[in-house]
Amino acid sequence: MTLATRRALLGTALAVPFIRPSFAQAAPIRVGVLHSLSGTMAISETALRDTVLMMVEWQNSRGGLLGRRLEPVVVDPASNWPLFAEKARELLQVSRVDVTFGCWTSVSRKSVLPVFEELNGLLFYPVQYEGEEESRNIFYTGAAPNQQAIPAVEYLLSADGGDARRVALLGTDYVYPRTTNRILRGFLASKGIQGADVMEEYTPFGHSDWQGIVARVKRFASEGKKTAIVSTINGDANVPFYRELGNQGIKAEDIPSVAFSVGEEELAGIDTRPLVGHLAAWNYFMSVQSPANTEFLNMWRAYIRNPRRVTNDPMEATLIGFKMWAQAVTQARTTAVDPVRTALYGQKVAAPSGYEVEMHRNHHLSKPVMIGEVQADGQFNIVYRTPTAIPAENWSPFIPENANRRR
Amino acid sequence: MRDTPGLPVERPRPARAQLLFWVGIAALALLPLLNALPEGHPLHASDFLVSVIGKWICYAMLALALDLAWGYAGILSLGHGAFFALGGYAMGMHLMRLIGPRGVYGHPVLPDFMVFLGYERLPWYWLGFEHFPFALLMALAVPGLLGFVVGYLAFRSRITGVYLSILTQALTYALMLAFFRNDMGFGGNNGFTDFKELLGMPLGTGTARALLFYAALVSLALVFLLCVKLTRTKFGRVLTAIRDAEARTRFLGYDTLRHKLFVFTLSAMIAGLAGALYVPIVGIINPSEFSPGNSIEAVVWVAFGGRGTLVGAVLGAFSVNALKTWLTTLAPDLWLIVLGALFVLVPLLLPKGLIGLRRPRA
Amino acid sequence: MSKRLLLCLLLLIAAPLGARAQDGFEALAARLGGNFNQQAEAVERLGALGDPRAIPLLQALGDTRLLRLADGGVAVQDGPAPPEGAQVLRINNRVRAAIRGALGRLQLVSPDPGERRRAADAILRNRSADDIPLLEAALAREAVPAIRARMELALGGARLAASDPAAKRAGIAALGTSADPEARSLLLAARAANAELLAEIEAAVAAIDRRLALRRAAETVFQGLSLGSVLLLAALGLAVTFGVMGVINMAHGEFVMLGAYATVLVQEACRGVPALEPWSLPLALPAAFVLTAALGAAMERGLIRHLYGRPLETLLLTFGVGMILQQVVRLLFGAQNREVLSPAWMTGVLVLPGGVQVTQNRAWIIVFSLLVLLATLAAIRLTRFGLEMRAVVQNRRIAATMGIRTGRVDAMTFAFGSGIAGLAGVALSQIDNVSPNLGTGYIIDSFMVVVFGGVGSLAGTLIGAMTLGLVNKLLEPHAGAVLAKVAVLVGIMLFIQRRPKGLFALKGRAADQ
Repeated sequence: MTLATRRALLGTALAVPFIRPSFAQAAPIRVGVLHSLSGTMAISETALRDTVLMMVEWQNSRGGLLGRRLEPVVVDPASNWPLFAEKARELLQVSRVDVTFGCWTSVSRKSVLPVFEELNGLLFYPVQYEGEEESRNIFYTGAAPNQQAIPAVEYLLSADGGDARRVALLGTDYVYPRTTNRILRGFLASKGIQGADVMEEYTPFGHSDWQGIVARVKRFASEGKKTAIVSTINGDANVPFYRELGNQGIKAEDIPSVAFSVGEEELAGIDTRPLVGHLAAWNYFMSVQSPANTEFLNMWRAYIRNPRRVTNDPMEATLIGFKMWAQAVTQARTTAVDPVRTALYGQKVAAPSGYEVEMHRNHHLSKPVMIGEVQADGQFNIVYRTPTAIPAENWSPFIPENANRRR
Repeated sequence: MRDTPGLPVERPRPARAQLLFWVGIAALALLPLLNALPEGHPLHASDFLVSVIGKWICYAMLALALDLAWGYAGILSLGHGAFFALGGYAMGMHLMRLIGPRGVYGHPVLPDFMVFLGYERLPWYWLGFEHFPFALLMALAVPGLLGFVVGYLAFRSRITGVYLSILTQALTYALMLAFFRNDMGFGGNNGFTDFKELLGMPLGTGTARALLFYAALVSLALVFLLCVKLTRTKFGRVLTAIRDAEARTRFLGYDTLRHKLFVFTLSAMIAGLAGALYVPIVGIINPSEFSPGNSIEAVVWVAFGGRGTLVGAVLGAFSVNALKTWLTTLAPDLWLIVLGALFVLVPLLLPKGLIGLRRPRA
Repeated sequence: MSKRLLLCLLLLIAAPLGARAQDGFEALAARLGGNFNQQAEAVERLGALGDPRAIPLLQALGDTRLLRLADGGVAVQDGPAPPEGAQVLRINNRVRAAIRGALGRLQLVSPDPGERRRAADAILRNRSADDIPLLEAALAREAVPAIRARMELALGGARLAASDPAAKRAGIAALGTSADPEARSLLLAARAANAELLAEIEAAVAAIDRRLALRRAAETVFQGLSLGSVLLLAALGLAVTFGVMGVINMAHGEFVMLGAYATVLVQEACRGVPALEPWSLPLALPAAFVLTAALGAAMERGLIRHLYGRPLETLLLTFGVGMILQQVVRLLFGAQNREVLSPAWMTGVLVLPGGVQVTQNRAWIIVFSLLVLLATLAAIRLTRFGLEMRAVVQNRRIAATMGIRTGRVDAMTFAFGSGIAGLAGVALSQIDNVSPNLGTGYIIDSFMVVVFGGVGSLAGTLIGAMTLGLVNKLLEPHAGAVLAKVAVLVGIMLFIQRRPKGLFALKGRAADQ
């Protein structure tokens, strides 16, 4: 059993919180953790659970908030979307949490959104997503499409990125890839790449047999124009995809691929040597050199005590969200949702990415965009980064219907 | 496969078992009233409790449907989740149509997911779902029709026992894969959510929750009555005979195909109804409802409560789900192990389920 | 170590970065420490320079073993970590492509045939007429026919880039004789710039396409067989436990998953032992088999035995066991994927006669699945255990009266089927995620294979798995991955309706059970 699990068990299962005398008089501030610990999404979400617990421990070691101790409430929505809604309601109504950190997939967020709006809760959502949403009860600390997908494709089209003139859009069949690819099609068309020069293919979750699709991409690439792959393949399906890419001998210098859902955590399950040079776009990489990242890595290593465990972008987004919330609570002098929401606007944090990120009134962050190349050791070498943090466009200008959207 | 022996031919004293059911229903009927009490009152029941128990009631109906097919006719379907989900989708489509121009993009007809996936107009199979009676009819008819077709094909060629189980499991699996596709026009992985109203009543309010709760409770009571009546008729006796010795019943001149087909179709429709009630209560429907694991879990409820007793199925659905709700918060890392252990121990130690506990073993 | 590093220093004096065009080797090498643009340019000019001293430098740069030293010079890293003050030089894809082209030029006359072949392939991608004399010289000296063919192709590509129309025609003709997607790509790329040669180019592309069509058909068949072999592996264990014993083991997928984790453990045990490291995968086979077989035996003796004759209860019980195993593994190993390295002999592409390219790992898995099938057949047909197993299946009571310990045979049969699941896990660790969810994706497909092939018939399982794999892969390009799978599932359901006992129905007494 890993140490983190054991701690989680001690902290939550037994539910016998160790109460320090200095906090004894005030009721604790309750922090809900709504991440799947079993089922298909556990692979990604358990690390976020660990991150929130680490941040709670860190905050408590600094004296808690408003003189009160923080107490995590961990539940397992088990990758089951209706259960997400049920657990959200339970956190808000039964456990009476002051803030919740949770969700990974868009469907889980959409499932809990009505609950958070009905009960006026506060949710921090830490994963890059397709945009087209803005709830007053949710703060989105991951990237919107313009903070990840578009700069990455722009890079592929540049001389450094390989001058691609033909693009294969491969994705898992769900709303994030579908919307992102729709936005990218609009963007590519504005760059003169359209029609037969764009290939779009979707596969189910956990797809494991990529032989046919990778062979089709090879064929697609033999049409005389430099070709690149844009991958919105989700979680589990990436390992067999990259294995097939490596085994079929697709080298990054021939057909570079850029992925939006592959981070350090996903690479930990792959032999990355055949994949050197393939790209990923995020707002943070573990290999970033910055004082804030050094602090983050030290904190994480001290907490998790497992040299194998890495950090990644959604973990950084969780950390940013947590710090912003803590700052806003301190500023508002309360944990009540409405004042904290107001206090969150304009809140700034020196993020591990090395940039100062800011929460805007659209509930999204301004974030830097970085493009990393896979290295043989499973880390990313950052080959490009935007000079400043970019504000989020959660309503993409490349989706025409956004013009007549209700505000 | 040989017929399954080992179940009681005589029924457990029905009066007492049924009494248990009706007392339970009466107790649950009080819940929304307790919910109306002011917060802080010692007897106050939270909104959470109302919606969670509303959900369990729908599950109990699904368990009844399964028990009718499995406990009485010996048809173990591992794909009942498919009928449940189809009923849910029919209701979900209705709820989506009712959102109307209140969607994010303000489109008068198309649901949001269709707008941002670039649909021009509503697919033909969405037509008519703006009418509640039509949606309700579809919630019963679509699962019923699927049950009829699958049942006809399977029973006609005398596919029974585990073969049927595997077949139905493949059915729900295939449907899950199909519904995950965004091109199907059912919202793909996200399914339907963020509903606004039903029958002119805004959802997400205390009244709506209470009314939905009562709708589910009344449906459960009616379905239970129907099942009890059905199993007491001659038809029900023939079903039990088919369960215990299908070949012999056939040789005695009964049309086993028709009996099985009728009960399987009815069971599918009950499951569809349960799904239709489930969706407005939990507020979301998506393809993971089709996942084979869900169907197996439903079978476990029936086995845990005691199959072939109807009351046992309801009891099983409530107790396993209560345990699950409790454990996923109390022991987020260990609940699967506890639940798994339960599944292992029940067939071994409680072959007749919880309901079998009431009577001393013979 | 740092002394050895000093010996290795190839060169280092910091030359001013903006040097002239006639820069020598030293000046160019120093510029490898610049930014990506400077790197790419320096690499290209090193390739053109033809100085073989550049080869180790470029190779090191490509492998991120080239260091920029504190004094501004560059050196090849020797040892696990860079010395004090030195910095590993990073590159991007543009530099990487330049390195490949430059190495191609430099290694065209290498004594190693493999390097010459790779060099020819790299030059084909250069698309530069400057390579013509180089290739002509190399061709004059080349004796190996296969490498000659690659060089002629590269020469064709280089001539296509020339300005002389006659050379272009020769280039098009040379490229048109191949069956190489890269050649096709070159031709299509040249189409726009060479309107007067359009007819020749189209003809050459059509000729390539004809050859490629056959090869692609062969590759599709291979993909189908590969998917079929994966299904076969996953289903074989079930064919034993379900087909022979009638036990529905819903935890079968979890046994497969445990086999994959056994592979991870064996690999970690072998790490650091150079003699064992390349063989960790074969070593994992017995480990996985023993682990899952023992677990299977324990499960049969401890639990399933009590439920014989009640297949549906067994189903629930094994489902519960599967849940427990999955969560226990998740708690022990974490929910994240575990990395399984592929041995060198299982990576990359294997080129079959006719230029058909198949991936090594999948080719091995096909072979492995057939070996496991043969071993299973042998165990059932040729051993004492197999004889007793068949006897118990046919008539348990008479077998018992003949002195066969039926309980022991049951346990061994179940252990055997579970062990095969473990073997499947070792193979799947090479193509899929090693995570606690590994098994869930295969369980339904495996049941369908067994039912489709005919319960109790191993030949049926083989034919069933391969048929499903092939049909799936043939449908996939037209219907997409999901619809192909749905169509296959529906097809099986209809097929079973016609033939409830599957492709190969058992006849006689056993069939009535």
